[in-house]
Amino acid sequence: MLLLQTILSGVLIGLVYALVAVGLTLIFGVMDIVNFAHGEFLMLGMYASFWGFALWKLDPLFTLPLTALLLFGVGAALYRVVIRRITDAPMLSQIFTTFGLMILFRGLAQYFWSPDFRSVEGSVLTGKVAFAGLQFGLPQVVAALGAVATSGAVWWFLRSTRLGAALEATAADKEAAALMGIDAQKMFALAWGLGAACAGVAGALLSTTFPIFPEVGASFILFAFVLVALGGFGSVAGAFWAGILVGVVEVVGGFLWDPAYKLVLVLSLYLLVVWLRPQGLMGKA
Amino acid sequence: MSTTFRASLLAALLGAALPATAEDVTIGVIYPLTGAAASTGLELKNAAQLAADLINGTEKSLALPMVGGGGLPGLKGAKLKLVFADHQGNPQVGASEAERLITQEKVAAIQGCYFSSVTQTASQTAERYGVPFLNDSSSSVGLTQRGFKWFFRTTPNDELFVQNAFEFLKDLEKRKGIKVKRIAILAENTEFGTGAARLQEKYAKENGYEVVEKILYPPKGTQLTSEVQKLKAAKPDVVFQSSYLSDAILSMRTYKDLGFLPTALLANDAGFNDSEFLKTMGKDGNYVISREVWALDLAALKPVIGKANDLYKARHGVNFNGNSARAFTGMIALAEAINRAGSTAPEAIQAALKATNLSADQLIMPWGGIQYDENGQNRKGAGIIVQVQDGKYVTVWPAAAGTKDVVWPLPAWEGR
Repeated sequence: MLLLQTILSGVLIGLVYALVAVGLTLIFGVMDIVNFAHGEFLMLGMYASFWGFALWKLDPLFTLPLTALLLFGVGAALYRVVIRRITDAPMLSQIFTTFGLMILFRGLAQYFWSPDFRSVEGSVLTGKVAFAGLQFGLPQVVAALGAVATSGAVWWFLRSTRLGAALEATAADKEAAALMGIDAQKMFALAWGLGAACAGVAGALLSTTFPIFPEVGASFILFAFVLVALGGFGSVAGAFWAGILVGVVEVVGGFLWDPAYKLVLVLSLYLLVVWLRPQGLMGKA
Repeated sequence: MSTTFRASLLAALLGAALPATAEDVTIGVIYPLTGAAASTGLELKNAAQLAADLINGTEKSLALPMVGGGGLPGLKGAKLKLVFADHQGNPQVGASEAERLITQEKVAAIQGCYFSSVTQTASQTAERYGVPFLNDSSSSVGLTQRGFKWFFRTTPNDELFVQNAFEFLKDLEKRKGIKVKRIAILAENTEFGTGAARLQEKYAKENGYEVVEKILYPPKGTQLTSEVQKLKAAKPDVVFQSSYLSDAILSMRTYKDLGFLPTALLANDAGFNDSEFLKTMGKDGNYVISREVWALDLAALKPVIGKANDLYKARHGVNFNGNSARAFTGMIALAEAINRAGSTAPEAIQAALKATNLSADQLIMPWGGIQYDENGQNRKGAGIIVQVQDGKYVTVWPAAAGTKDVVWPLPAWEGR
C-alpha cells in the first residue's frame, strides 16, 4: 500500500515536470534553441497567480487561463524583441542570450518583488483526496490533472489543427515550409508563446503548493532538460512520458533506497537511455 | 535651517574637535544575498548594517559596547564601513568573494557567511591571507575543529544545541512524565545537516533513545515525498530536522498532505526560524519546536533586547530573529575587538579577538558572554528552545527563561 502510494506520488509530480518540459521541447523542436530562461517562465507564472490572489483575491485556478495568456504574450514578445535576432547566430551566442535572460528575469523579480518567499494561503485548492487507504494533497492532484490536460491540448493542437501542422512543418524544414507559404517568423513566435504558456500554467498549478521566490525556476529546470533529452529532442509525447518515468524513479527510488541518491537514480537513468538510444525514448534518429 | 545643513554643520564642528580625521575601517561581510536563501541573507545584512550604523552614530540610549561612540574611539573615531558580498549559497563563490574582499577591498576583517559550507571555504581563504574571520551564524561543529588561527565564532555550535535538545527531552520526562523512545532524523546533506545529524545520532544513542530512521536528502529539490514516506513508515515519536527555508516549507506541506504527524518536531533552527517561514506556513507552522539562540520574549528578562529590537523593527518592519540577532552581535563583538586593537593590522585585531571578554549584559543574546577558546569558539554561548504558539516563537526551555509551557504532543493538522 505504501509502495502504491509512493508510486502515485511520483506520477503526480512527474506530470508537472512533464508540462514544464513540453514547453521547452516545443521551443527546441521548432527552433533548435535551448531556452535556459524556461524556468523563469514558470517563476513568472507563479508570481502572476500570487499577485492575482494577493491583490484581487482571485484564485490561481480561476486566473489560470489569464496566466496562460499572459505568459503566451511574454514568450511571443520575447521572441519578437530578442530571440528573432539570434536565430541564425552561433550556438554559443544563443546559449549566452537565453542564459542572460535567465539572470535578467531572476534579477528583476528580486528587485521588484524582493527575495521573500511568498505563498497563496487559503486557495479553494486546499485539503486532501483520500481513497482506498491512499491520500494525496488536493493541490497536487489538481496540478497533475491540469498538467495532463494542458500537455494533451498541446499534443492535440500539433496533431489536429492546420496551425499545428504548419508549426510542425516549420520544425521539420524551415525553407520548405516557407516555400509553401508558411510565415516562419509567426511560427517561431507561436512556439515561444506556447512554450512559455506551458511553463506559466505549470507555475500557476504549483503556486498553491510550492513556495514562490525569484529562483524557484532553478529547481524544476534541471528536470526539464533531462526530460527533453530523455524523451527525444523536440518530441512532445516523449517529454510527457519521460516526465512520468522520472517522477516515479525519483520518488520510488528515494523511498526504496536512500533519498540522498534520488538525483543519482534519475541521472543514471538518463545516461543509460542516452547511451542505448542517443535519440531519446521517442526521438527520431 | 535644513536638516542636512544642520547635520553638516555638526559634522564640521565634530571634525574640528577631533585631533585628526581617521580613515574608515573596512569590514567585508559575506552573506547569501541572492539564491534560495536570499531573504535570510537580506536580514543578516540589515542587522550587521544596523550594528555598524549604531557604532558610527552618537545615539547612546542602547546600553551595548561601542554603540553611540561616533565610530571607534580607539582608532581616533574611525568609522566602520561595511562592504557586502554575495556568496549565493555556493562555497566556491564564497571563497572567491573572500579573496576579492581581502585583495581588492583591503578589508581589515571578514564577517559571515551563515551557510556552514560557505563559511568553511571562505574562512580557508582568510586563513591563508592571515585576515581575521568572525563567524556570527554558522553552527557546524567542524568549523572550530580545524586548528585555524584567524577564525573566531561567536555563536554556539551544533554540539551544544544537540546536547540542549536531549536535556530538554530529559527535562520533559522528569517534569511531565513524557516518555520519548523512537527518534527519526531528517537533514539536508550539506555541511550543516550532515554534521547535525551525526551529532543527533551520537547523543540519541548515548542517552538511550532508538534512532529508527536517519535520512539525508539533497536540498532545494522539487519534492520531499520519498523522505516523508520513509519517515511515516518508521513511526517515530520525535523527528529531529535540519533544513533551510525552502525545504522546511516544502517538508511541512508534505507532512500535512501525506498525513504524517509525529508526537513532536524538533527543528534545528535555520529555515524554521526564518521570518518567512511563519508568514508562509500560517497556522500549519504552529507547535514546531526549534532550538534557538534568541527570542523576543527574552526581552522580559533583559530589557536591552527589546530596545535593540525596536530599532531594527523601526527600520525594517520585522522583529529580530535568531539569525539577524547573531549578525548584529557578531558585528558588535568584531568592532569591540578592533577598537581595543587600536589598529587595523591583522595581528593586532587577532590578538584583541583572542583577549575578548564580553559579559552577559553587554549582549542581546541569552549567552553568558563572549570569550573564545583556543579554537576560536565562544565558550560562553548558550541555547534556548522555542515553540511556535499562536504564530509566535515563545521560549519553552530552559524553564528559568521559559515564558510559556510546551504544547505536547502535536495537535492534528486539521482543525488548528
